Amino acid sequence: MSPDSSPAAIPASDRPAPADQSPPTVAALFFAFAKMSLAGFGGVLAFARRGIVEEHRWMTADEFNETFALCHFLPGPNIVNLTVVFGSRFRGIVGGIAAFAGLVGPPMLLVTVLGALYMRFGDVDALRRVLAGVSCGAVGLLIAALFKMMLPLLKRRDAVAFVVMVLVFIAIGIMRLPLQAVLLVAVPISIGMTFLIRRRGAA
Amino acid sequence: MSPNANPVWSLIVTFGLMSLFAIGGANAAIPEMHRIAVEVHHWMTDREFADIYAISQLSPGPNVLIVTLIGYSVAGIAGALAATLAMCVPTAALAYFVSRWLARSRQSQWPSIIQTSLVPLSIGLMAASAWIVAQAADRTWTAALATIAAAVVAASTRFNPLWILLIGGCLGFAGVI
Repeated sequence: MSPDSSPAAIPASDRPAPADQSPPTVAALFFAFAKMSLAGFGGVLAFARRGIVEEHRWMTADEFNETFALCHFLPGPNIVNLTVVFGSRFRGIVGGIAAFAGLVGPPMLLVTVLGALYMRFGDVDALRRVLAGVSCGAVGLLIAALFKMMLPLLKRRDAVAFVVMVLVFIAIGIMRLPLQAVLLVAVPISIGMTFLIRRRGAA
Repeated sequence: MSPNANPVWSLIVTFGLMSLFAIGGANAAIPEMHRIAVEVHHWMTDREFADIYAISQLSPGPNVLIVTLIGYSVAGIAGALAATLAMCVPTAALAYFVSRWLARSRQSQWPSIIQTSLVPLSIGLMAASAWIVAQAADRTWTAALATIAAAVVAASTRFNPLWILLIGGCLGFAGVI
């Protein structure tokens, strides 16, 4: 790991000094992410922000948003991306792996135990009823998260974004087309439209 | 699925590929997971998929752990590990290299354009996820009502999501849903 990916590589001018200057150790990365992850019911993001920015002060709020934005537009589980990028920024690849192991290891153990119990007792009627109830709640949470993400789009009355969103929903949700095929068409179209609109806006 | 195909290998290929296309995170990839696990490979039924989704939401940790459960149900512990790593490692490596590259080219307008244009895509994918899991979970009117109630409470209050899941579980146990 070359030193240029350490936080010192970011220009000092646009970076207010964090309170805690000593970079976290590899073990500290593992335990911090394990703790955030095990507290994170319904998504780890809020807990990661609290842990990294407020509790440990490893990043400022702006640095966190910037890193998260990057991980959000890359494919794959966002919080996993964030964890690896964050860990490797301080301790190189080993740090990235330690943070990742902390984030995924302990809850993975837990969920595997739950999965094993489900495979063993999944047909017990009481458990079936409980899971049916939990499913309803889980779908409700997903719809609420969706609504919160959609709100800024609706407020901006962004017609292009809205059409793209609806078309992707129909292609994947209703027509059940394969993800790769849909994205290979939708991603270039969406990027192209955004680019054209920006250029017209700037001209 | 052909009987001589090694299920662990097919998990690695499936989720390794999905990892690189899962724009918007694990929740946006739910329709693709459902399509592959239920419709293509017949690894599980529609109902089992809904159950696994519920279990993954009920446990703490990143949303991606639904992949662990799919892997476990296909090929036990080895399947759980293989599926989880396949879903995480390719994209984490990509994130690692892109973040280093971006740290050097901060003036470009492209990151912002790509980000803006991917937002509606990932919302559309998440809407498809909600639609597919809802079809599996909400087979009765009371279940659909409970889902709507949970959505309204979660969207309008700062109630801890765990409580919403637990209340759902209690209502289910009581036979209301």
